[in-house]
Amino acid sequence: MSTEATPAEPSTQAPETASRTAEAIEAARAQGRAAFIGYLPAGYPDKETSIAAAIELARNGADVIEIGVPYSDPVMDGPVIQQATTEVLARGFRLPEVFEIVAAVVEATDAAVLVMTYYNLIDRMGAEEFARRLAEAGGAGAITPDLIPDEAGEWIAATEKHGLDRVFLTAPTSSPERVAQIVSASRGFVYGVSVMGVTGARDQVSDAAERVVNAARSAGAERVCVGLGVSTRAHVEEIGRYADGVIVGTALVAALRDGGPSAVAALTAELTGAETGR
Amino acid sequence: MSAPAEETQKYRDHEGPYFGSFGGRWMPESLVAALDEVEQTFREAKEDPEFLAEVYRLGRDYTGRPSLLTEVKRFAAEAGPARIFLKREDLNHTGSHKINNVLGQALLAKRMGKTRLIAETGAGQHGVATATAAALMGMDCVVYMGSEDTRRQALNVARMRLLGAEVVPVDHGAKTLKDAINEALRDWVASVEHTHYLLGTVAGPHPFPEMVRWFHQVIGDETREQILTMEGRLPDAVAACVGGGSNAMGLFHGFLDDPEVALYGFEAGGDGVETGRHASAITLGRSGVLHGARSFLMQDEDGQTVDSHSISAGLDYPSVGPEHAYLAETGRAIYEPVTDAECMASFEMLCRTEGIIPAIESAHALAGVARLSRKWGAEGEGKIIIINLSGRGDKDVETAAEWFRMLPGQENDPVAETETAEKTGDESPSPAPETGVQS
Repeated sequence: MSTEATPAEPSTQAPETASRTAEAIEAARAQGRAAFIGYLPAGYPDKETSIAAAIELARNGADVIEIGVPYSDPVMDGPVIQQATTEVLARGFRLPEVFEIVAAVVEATDAAVLVMTYYNLIDRMGAEEFARRLAEAGGAGAITPDLIPDEAGEWIAATEKHGLDRVFLTAPTSSPERVAQIVSASRGFVYGVSVMGVTGARDQVSDAAERVVNAARSAGAERVCVGLGVSTRAHVEEIGRYADGVIVGTALVAALRDGGPSAVAALTAELTGAETGR
Repeated sequence: MSAPAEETQKYRDHEGPYFGSFGGRWMPESLVAALDEVEQTFREAKEDPEFLAEVYRLGRDYTGRPSLLTEVKRFAAEAGPARIFLKREDLNHTGSHKINNVLGQALLAKRMGKTRLIAETGAGQHGVATATAAALMGMDCVVYMGSEDTRRQALNVARMRLLGAEVVPVDHGAKTLKDAINEALRDWVASVEHTHYLLGTVAGPHPFPEMVRWFHQVIGDETREQILTMEGRLPDAVAACVGGGSNAMGLFHGFLDDPEVALYGFEAGGDGVETGRHASAITLGRSGVLHGARSFLMQDEDGQTVDSHSISAGLDYPSVGPEHAYLAETGRAIYEPVTDAECMASFEMLCRTEGIIPAIESAHALAGVARLSRKWGAEGEGKIIIINLSGRGDKDVETAAEWFRMLPGQENDPVAETETAEKTGDESPSPAPETGVQS
């Protein structure tokens, strides 16, 4: 069943650049912990504040930063992120702003910076051009929540050419064949969807999460990070026991909304355990 | 690759996931397993005589199939010499073609052991049909509807609630059909274990475009048989309105491989495609991905979906089914926009000349055909055009009354020129589109 998983780790195929996301996750592993991955939307509540908030993520222990690209039809997002990105679009956000934000965050931090984007935004610019500009901005790669490997031919070619990571999602319902395909197509890490649902804080971590991680590992994944519904230090610790990285989004967006970059700093420190000198 | 007789069967029975460069599955991985299950269940059911018999029985005993084919001589006479027939999907139970697909998919949902149906709706016709099927088959039902549309179609909201469905107004984005689909997809990601998403048009991820078409093929098959019986020959053209495009695909399918039959799809031109306020995805769109399919898409330079506009909630969608995109690209079908003003003029004309109140969606096809017949002029002598009258206009009476200023407090002045000018900012009420028309 897992014969589809390529024996060669995809990152070794990159022409020039090694996977920066993989490096960040491996560095955390070397410290005996799971990597912390924080999500914030580009341009929320405005460009400068979103850069400041992302920098706070890195200063307080985030190893990887996801910059979400606001999109008109975010079907995988719950109300908190929807509301934030809708506000950003309403104030006239244009796509090139994302590359400026990525460049600013890369400049100011050591974190690997990914964008998270729905695919039509890549498609409209052209996969090759999007990848070129992302690489030029210093971005590590992209997470594409509505792109499955079956449709990803152009994106895979473009990211290979520019040495970018491409993170595909694997779900609790994915068949072993599909998991193998996803693992083989991914570069950097595989995004394990912990629950069937959209983004948003939840009280408990689904027990599906560990199964998702195990399934991806069985298919040959070297790095599997878990997201969706993660919002507390307890969740981070629990997931960190079996996953290579823990992804938090909605809770951070709510913190930014309610308390600005300083609230993001405080929550990130709490979630990463940085305040206790982890 | 599925058609054995490539030459004689170039377009019919085209299977997904791709229609040329269109279609596919641009969807979150979380839903892929469910889509696979739907596809497998659909493929098995199509080969199961019991399933086919049940679809047929429901069509006959519940929907009222076959629907009539009615020649409309007085309507035709006002346009030109061509003869015009209407395929009367408006006479179906629940008042539109939507019931064909809904009953079929509800049967599939039961076959998969699902107990809950969710659906999006624009005009409310698909929501009403889904609520109806849920009532008939004893299933739970939630319908997502843009809050702009719940306002425009308050009567249909009440109908769905009477039928036992929960109607959830969607307040995000443009508050119309596309946003209702987003919300239905969010529900489905979380509920897929026991819920079937009963998508109402030939759009969305594979297998929906192929499957929804299949349940509507009965429209084209019946029409073909009826016109051959009545006139002993095929029509010169068939026409339908196109939003997502399900009623059009159903009708077209019966004639796809008859090159002598022209296929016309009429999109919602809103205030006119030149104003930007329209829903003509094929006419002015470009390739993009939305709601699971690659198709023509109204989008801005960044790839953000552009809000569509139409007087008809059911056509107010910024994309179109991928098979239509394919038929447009290959030139097999011709797609043209029809403005709100043209549409309403033909709406009124059918009411007045034939005693049939059409859905505003379907009136776009009436207007497009009237324009076509006018353009043909004497050349149209003896030609036959069949229009899919996809729905009845009961739900639209208030919108029409407002348009024609028949409501209390409005001046009772039907089809007044001042009215048209006011609505469109156009000085001339005559339907004469100059832009973007491919003919």
